[in-house]
Amino acid sequence: MSLAVVVAIAMFAGIVLYALFGGADFGSGFFDLTAGGSERGGELRVLIDHSIGPVWEANHVWLIYILVIWWTGFPETFAAATTTLTLPLALALVGIVLRGASFAFRKYSATLAQARLFGAVFAGSSLITPFFLGAAAGAVASGRVPAEGNGDQLSSWMHPTSLFGGLIAVGTCAFLAGVFLTADAARSGHGSLSETLRIRTIGVGVVTGIVVFAALVPIKHDSPTLSDRLLGPAAPVIVVSALAGLATLILLYVRRFSQARLAAVVAVAAVVIGWGVAQYPWMLVDEVKISAAAGADATLAGLLVVVGLAGVIVVPALTYLFWLTQSERWTESHEPAG
Amino acid sequence: MDFAGVITTVLTSSDAPPGLLPAREQMALSLGWHIILACFGVAFPTMIYVVHRRGIVREDPVALGLAKRWAKVSAVLFAIGAVSGTVLSFEMGILWPGLMGKFGDVLGLPFAFEGLSFFVEAIFLGIYLYGWDRMPPRRHLMMLIPMAIAGVVGTFCVISVNAWMNNPTGFKLVDGEVTDVNPWRAMFNDGVYLQFAHMWFAAFMVVGFVVAGVYAAGMLRGRVDAHHRLGFTVPFVFATVAALVQPFIGHILGLRVGETQPSKLAAFELATATEQPAPLRLGGVLIDGKVHGAIDIPKIGSLIARNSFDKPVPGLDTVPSADRPPVNITHLAFQSMVGIGTLLAIVVVLFWLARWRGHDPLAKRWFLRGAVVAGPLAILAMEAGWIATEVGRQPWVVWGILRTEDAASQSAGLWWSYAAAVVVYVGMTIGAFVVLRSMARRWRAGDEDLPSPYGPGSATVDEAGAR
Repeated sequence: MSLAVVVAIAMFAGIVLYALFGGADFGSGFFDLTAGGSERGGELRVLIDHSIGPVWEANHVWLIYILVIWWTGFPETFAAATTTLTLPLALALVGIVLRGASFAFRKYSATLAQARLFGAVFAGSSLITPFFLGAAAGAVASGRVPAEGNGDQLSSWMHPTSLFGGLIAVGTCAFLAGVFLTADAARSGHGSLSETLRIRTIGVGVVTGIVVFAALVPIKHDSPTLSDRLLGPAAPVIVVSALAGLATLILLYVRRFSQARLAAVVAVAAVVIGWGVAQYPWMLVDEVKISAAAGADATLAGLLVVVGLAGVIVVPALTYLFWLTQSERWTESHEPAG
Repeated sequence: MDFAGVITTVLTSSDAPPGLLPAREQMALSLGWHIILACFGVAFPTMIYVVHRRGIVREDPVALGLAKRWAKVSAVLFAIGAVSGTVLSFEMGILWPGLMGKFGDVLGLPFAFEGLSFFVEAIFLGIYLYGWDRMPPRRHLMMLIPMAIAGVVGTFCVISVNAWMNNPTGFKLVDGEVTDVNPWRAMFNDGVYLQFAHMWFAAFMVVGFVVAGVYAAGMLRGRVDAHHRLGFTVPFVFATVAALVQPFIGHILGLRVGETQPSKLAAFELATATEQPAPLRLGGVLIDGKVHGAIDIPKIGSLIARNSFDKPVPGLDTVPSADRPPVNITHLAFQSMVGIGTLLAIVVVLFWLARWRGHDPLAKRWFLRGAVVAGPLAILAMEAGWIATEVGRQPWVVWGILRTEDAASQSAGLWWSYAAAVVVYVGMTIGAFVVLRSMARRWRAGDEDLPSPYGPGSATVDEAGAR
């Protein structure tokens, strides 16, 4: 395996982790948005604040990790993508900015009116960002980002693969968030809230599953290179995703929330990994292969040093953070069940 | 012609790419905005550590109260700092594809290390903010240490890229192709250490003077108590050390600019022609090649720029006109930075002299007023410094290697992007202002926990503080 492929895998691992951690984070915006009026939705919004408050900034850094590896390891394809996908990337960026800022602002709002305003911005922008990031991924995966960059600003991402990429991103985010929030609500003793979330999450899961598999049909016509490999080498991964998705729904139905979380993570990770396997060996599908896209070897080796350091510094620290948020001492500080 | 096209035609005289001007404007806005938050990310954890530690070790409730409030303020500031930092990541590619596509693998490695330190900072910030009353106090306090270290490493990494743009190294250009890339050499280039020190101390000046100024404002309104005194003193001590060291670092850095970037130095000094010895030219603007309104102090220019009373300062006439930076902006920004920095250094010396002589400057309204103004002035000095070094590097983005116009995006649509950025940043500034002001008001009203109403009568959010 070449150095370039190893770095590409490290970058892709970041994409999978961002889809899972960042995804669960973004998806909570969907439930915040649909929580209902301020009276009815208050309990759920507090739960969301408890669940993602300590972790959202760390979850968000996976995106930075992806971007820096991309532009350092594969600089020309990065420039090609940013000059072609300027619009969806800029819109995703606006979503990221509005979301992070208004989440922090809402927490310290003085009045209900302020909290409502910031809350609406937070929830709305939580949907915008995954959609446009998914659309950008669809553009790369369907071979619409030319190697020399400056591709068409609109047609590069206004096509079925990007549209479904965006919808799948929004759906998987909401699904993950739903499973995690349901489990969090049950664990902290919010029984009725957990029941409401459970039903909604099953609904989101069914719709997302349908979208993921329905997408295979238009993608087959729209992106032949991708779909050939999706139905070829990536097929086992897609099957895993289907089974894990189904298992999640069943586990939710029988209220085994802890196991449901694991199954949901496997299902969503498999969807993303399926895309990765299908896209291999292309950096920009039909345009540039990973080996040709790579920058200098010395730099790739340097990046692996960074990845190694991330393994020994970031992963234990992150594990500690998540362990703390799941620990009894942190959970029991929740408001008593209503 | 559409809006973007019209603006581009009106504003750009030459055949520069249509994306050049909006890209520069947007980069200046987003960097200039983010750098203030970045200062808090770098310097604030250390200051919180000092008061938090005092609160625990001396069982000082005033210090502990300050730590809790500062933690809540940092939750807001770090959140908008994190997202505005993400903006910059995207902008590197969207605005400067010519830089990133060609030199991404030369300059990218420090960014990857910066990503690591950002990770560490975000993780321990989460633990620290939500750890109040949920962790053993001493372990909770220790969570600030990785944040402070990450701030140092992160500053070094980001400054490393900027220093590389001023001192490009770690690669060879053969027929326009980048070869022999050594990213470590690029990262640890000759310019990085001094530039890092300059920015690191600047961060402590900005945060120190701004936070001290907030408590000075409180004392001006009659709230003179232990809380305000400590809230003033701790950041002011940090600001003092930084303000006293900074002129020396700046001076050495200036000497280096004379050797590595003579045209930048000439613009700093408004030196149209080489003079020996050169005067210090205070103020003044260059119009049609003539200097107007400057006050010349003989020989001091040579002293400042060359560390000698008679060495020459090379003038702009030694630089081909196509390679000259915009002189007036560079000169005025540079002198604003130096002037404000000197003023702040004098102020802190006077403060401690007065204390030493047994006076209490905090009882003097004129001093408190000055301390309030020192915060914005420190920010102004830092912004002016960045404008001086960035505009002074023009027309190069990578000194002597890549022109800014060759790095910029080709898209005239960037005017829309710039317009959107202005709206978003104005909105974010207003949002932060409203929220921080309301926090301060509620604290003054005795409301320590800042419950946020998510619904009438429903549960409140209260975790980031004492209960």
